[in-house]
Amino acid sequence: MADKLLKVQPIRNGTVIDHLRAGTGLKILDILDVADTGNTVSLLINVPSSKQGRKDIIKIEDRELTESETERIALISPGAHVNIIRNYSVAEKTAVEIPEEVAGVARCPNTNCISNNERGATSRLLLRSREPVHLACAYCARLVTEDELQFL
Amino acid sequence: MPRPLAKGMSKDLITMDDLSDDDIVGLLDDAARLVPVAHGDVHLPLLEGKLLGNMFFEPSTRTRMSFETAMKRLGGNVINLGALASSSVSKGETLYDTMRMVDGYCDLAVLRHPRQGAAQYAADACTIPIVNAGDGAGHHPTQTLLDLFTIREELGKLEGLTVGLLGDLRYGRTVHSLAAALARYDATMHFIAPKSLAMPRRVTAELPDGWSAHTTLDEILPELDLLYVTRIQKERFPDPEDYARVAGAYTISAETLRDAKPVLRILHPLPRVNEIATDVDDTGHAAYFRQAFNGVPVRMALLEMLLGSD
Ligand SMILES: [Zn+2]
Repeated sequence: MADKLLKVQPIRNGTVIDHLRAGTGLKILDILDVADTGNTVSLLINVPSSKQGRKDIIKIEDRELTESETERIALISPGAHVNIIRNYSVAEKTAVEIPEEVAGVARCPNTNCISNNERGATSRLLLRSREPVHLACAYCARLVTEDELQFL
Repeated sequence: MPRPLAKGMSKDLITMDDLSDDDIVGLLDDAARLVPVAHGDVHLPLLEGKLLGNMFFEPSTRTRMSFETAMKRLGGNVINLGALASSSVSKGETLYDTMRMVDGYCDLAVLRHPRQGAAQYAADACTIPIVNAGDGAGHHPTQTLLDLFTIREELGKLEGLTVGLLGDLRYGRTVHSLAAALARYDATMHFIAPKSLAMPRRVTAELPDGWSAHTTLDEILPELDLLYVTRIQKERFPDPEDYARVAGAYTISAETLRDAKPVLRILHPLPRVNEIATDVDDTGHAAYFRQAFNGVPVRMALLEMLLGSD
């Protein structure tokens, strides 16, 4: 699997985000904010996949993801694989999963919520359902659906 | 998230969901036992040496005084930190910092705040128990507890009642919490409101079958064991004439209640404006003044549960 992927366009060191739900790649590039960092980034859209039919793939050279970035990816495309590449081979491979609590990643949609009105407050969303993705604000209990996610 | 105590209850009371069915029964039983203490007929200083901090970031004199009375009747002390709350707001201090300071002053804090979720946020910042006395359009669980206590005292039970909720059902958080609580006791609920102020779907979606919506009281009044009346606020109507017409149509008088069961009890969270005529006060149906008093024994039971030593 990894070999086949690397044949497309091998990278020496960096991160390959594979098995992204088709159509989510652009959104993920957006939240990863890779434009200003100078890293070489490639995005493959609608790649044929035996498991998924179609999938998106993102490759970022010379950069590994932070925990907060991994959580964002999980919220947009749960089940995606994050492969850390070192010296042309996959050093680590993880399937991203939405954690039970996501802190400081996405905003509560309730404008009157304390988390949107207190300086220094960290938003906390608790996972209520994985399929479909439903979260709830840990403070005001407002339900947040996938479409309502606003990343910080 | 509520942290469990040895008693099995959370250290805080933020929403009714923090209470199990057994917790509720325990609190209502304790409240019933504490009624003579609430009246001042029995001296029972269970909370001597304890200090309650009233943190009201917006005014609610009735709720604040009810907590103060409950604490003092149990021999405890109260400091009103309303001045601190308003000075912290004007100085731009965060709720977090203010609560961290109060955490060092008191054994328990009662919080009223205009923002939703403020009580849980404060509870996370503090080691002392936090009681939510209303956070924005969010929760006010001691109001729901005192409503349940009043219903049980007046009607002898909570299970299987036929209940009408009347007035502003859209914006009134009191009726939202009460409907959710009554659903635990298999109530048949009738929601009586003008269409523009009907019970929101997000509330009814959480209820089991057994509720129905109406725009007039007449058709279901004879079935009711309980009628919970709330105020329709002028501010909800852009046109004053609309307000006058709607408010007039949802006014209860002794005449309105002609076809009611003799056991029917009327509750209202007070203050009332004109939604219940004063001639109802002299009927056997009026329970709202006793309901207001019941805030004291119910809050005593809660304070004892959160602060008392076992
Ligand atoms: Zn919130």
